Amino acid sequence: MKPLILWSDALIFLLVAVLIVFFLRLRRDPQIRARWGEVFGSRLGMATFTIIAVYVLVALLDSLHFRRALEPVEGAAHTTSEVFYDNRVTSVLDLMLGGMGQRFERTYSAPFALYSFEKQNMKDAQGRDYRDFPRLKHAGQHLEHTDDKWPDILARSLWSLLPGLLLCIVLIGPQWLALRHSSLPWRASWWVQGCVICLWVWLVAISRHYHVLGTDLGGADVAYQSIKGIRTGVLLGTLATLVMLPIAVTLGVLAGYFKGWVDDVVQYLYTTLSSIPGILLIAASVLLFQVYIDLNPDFFAIGMEKADARFLALCFILGVTSWSSLCRLIRAETLKISQLGYVQAAHAFGVSHTRILSRHVLPNVVHIILITFVLEFSSLVLAEAVLSYIGVGIDPSMGSWGNMINGARGELSREPAIWWTLSGAFFFMFVLVLAANLFADLVRDAFDPRSATGAGRRA
Amino acid sequence: MFAYIVRRLLYAIPILIGVNLLTFLLFFVVTSPDDMAVSQLGDKYVTPEAIEAWKEKNGYDLPLFINNEASGVERISETIFFTKSVRLFVFDFGRSESGRDITTDVSTRMWPSLAVALPTFAIGIWVNICVALLVVMFHATRLDRWVVFTFVALMSISYLFYIIGGQYLVAKTWKLVPISGFHAEGQVWRFLILPVLVGVVAGIGSGARWYRTLFLEEAGQDYVRTARAKGASELRILFRHILPNALIPILTGVVVLVPSLFMGSLLIEAFFGIPGLGSYMLDAIKSQDFAIVRSMVFIGSVLYILGLILTDISYTWADPRVRLS
Repeated sequence: MKPLILWSDALIFLLVAVLIVFFLRLRRDPQIRARWGEVFGSRLGMATFTIIAVYVLVALLDSLHFRRALEPVEGAAHTTSEVFYDNRVTSVLDLMLGGMGQRFERTYSAPFALYSFEKQNMKDAQGRDYRDFPRLKHAGQHLEHTDDKWPDILARSLWSLLPGLLLCIVLIGPQWLALRHSSLPWRASWWVQGCVICLWVWLVAISRHYHVLGTDLGGADVAYQSIKGIRTGVLLGTLATLVMLPIAVTLGVLAGYFKGWVDDVVQYLYTTLSSIPGILLIAASVLLFQVYIDLNPDFFAIGMEKADARFLALCFILGVTSWSSLCRLIRAETLKISQLGYVQAAHAFGVSHTRILSRHVLPNVVHIILITFVLEFSSLVLAEAVLSYIGVGIDPSMGSWGNMINGARGELSREPAIWWTLSGAFFFMFVLVLAANLFADLVRDAFDPRSATGAGRRA
Repeated sequence: MFAYIVRRLLYAIPILIGVNLLTFLLFFVVTSPDDMAVSQLGDKYVTPEAIEAWKEKNGYDLPLFINNEASGVERISETIFFTKSVRLFVFDFGRSESGRDITTDVSTRMWPSLAVALPTFAIGIWVNICVALLVVMFHATRLDRWVVFTFVALMSISYLFYIIGGQYLVAKTWKLVPISGFHAEGQVWRFLILPVLVGVVAGIGSGARWYRTLFLEEAGQDYVRTARAKGASELRILFRHILPNALIPILTGVVVLVPSLFMGSLLIEAFFGIPGLGSYMLDAIKSQDFAIVRSMVFIGSVLYILGLILTDISYTWADPRVRLS
């Protein structure tokens, strides 16, 4: 086994570390603590945050990559002690899913089906040719009669509840002991955690014998692919936003604070950028990077690294092309702040520009940055699907919801319709985006002083 | 006011030059005029002479940005960038790389785009305002909270699913309208219903939610409290006091979108097979037709800048306190 660190793996761990440090620093400020208290004081805030945390955790687990050592070939001379590694990349998540990704069928099959979706030429016992739906290789092979399927699934589901609940007790129990007297509604979080754990155990247990969400055109398990899409979605949303933030904040603050020609230049830049139809800009830039990657194939040892490079390029491009609206907001806010008394007073005392910017201006635009971060995250996850449709999205070898939708959108017109691939991508994407949107609403209500819906606000 | 508009139009020139420069840079880092010639002439058996002939015929035989062989002003003017951009400024788009006249293409494809985008826009605003008003009537009740939750849920669904779901339910299962396509003659409306419906439904989540906040902001104002104190009925307050005032931010917010309606919607047109400008652009990206991409980016930028100017004008029109200077 050989660990493999892709660039995006390193970045996601760095990112989570930075976010945690940022969060801990912000906690020191009593005012900001009160605001966060407002967000997490509601059950909805707690539940949605837990869902987001679960997604991030899955993305982290899926980022611990390694390459399996290949078994030495039988009969080959054992003269060299060199070990060869599999070109396919495995992650810790794959291990936790219990080999779900390795159970391939020939082609489409419906959820919990025993037979393939398409007919195939076969030979019967007497060697005559006939055409029928073949049995699936990895679904219900243990059944004696196909009629036993649903009772069997029910029994296995019930049995999987036992280890699920045990795991819940092991994982949630300590939290309960430590936090049961806390004023925050941890109970909402525990419910979500419990549901996720039970579902996970159920999924792993059932998918040993069935394809819970069926299989796709290439025969791969749809549930597995949907889960693999989590890493792409989470990473794209956070990375692109983090590329965007420094550009938007620096330019916006500088323009609003120094005014004059700096302001003119920044305004010119963002008006120019935002007047180009966004999709064209992104498409052109992605093609550009694709050409670069194709021209330099030596940089990448295996296909996964190439896909990873393209993915990072996409994050970068999405970040670079989407900073204009945040920049505009921050410029306007800085214009307002630099007129205020305390900034004027700092000027009069002879405080340097850098100090005024870092001590007086930046802390007062943090709420805009925070709100944009969460809002932008969900819109980027949605944008990925659209980009994949146009053909400038994630590399097809890297699982993503956009690629799943793109591959399956024509198959609804079949008879009977193939709905499971779309449903799988839809469900996982919807839950993430919904949680992020609801959380963003709460963050905005707590942090935005102008928010109209901030009813229960302490003054 | 007139002087202001003239100045804004003059400001547009450097922006449009910047837009063109960026388009050129992005495009020619990826390919060279030679690559374009090869892809337009077909991949196999292309002689160097044929490439040169194609470049000369289409005006790509000059240097890209700076012509070192010329002197004076011609160092700048005798380049691909200059010759290709200047013509855009007088709205002469020339021919596409495959030889079609872009101006005719744009003017014929504009109408299908508008036929979808305009009803979607108008009906969308109307529906959103109605829904938002309904929700405001039930403000601060349990129903209100659930409806807002529904809005957020609707926002969280990818546009692709609205299109795919709409086509599956309305066109395939219920067989009410054709799945996709467009015929200029006869029953155009049959092809328009589904795209417009999908566009409106997909917009309800974010639109109605935004209008709801605008209405609530107005509902917190002093004049509303005064009206209530004087004994005006809730309906009267809603329609006579809140609605007209909230229409101002709604108007100024959507006016920026009006010129861009000409460009159509990329996704809707691609999925429903509508021969508008959105699908025109998508095809151009896919076939790397630089002349079309360049022209469409230019038109898009002009329309966007027009939208910004219209927004400013609509501010003065809706709110007499605002003066343009």
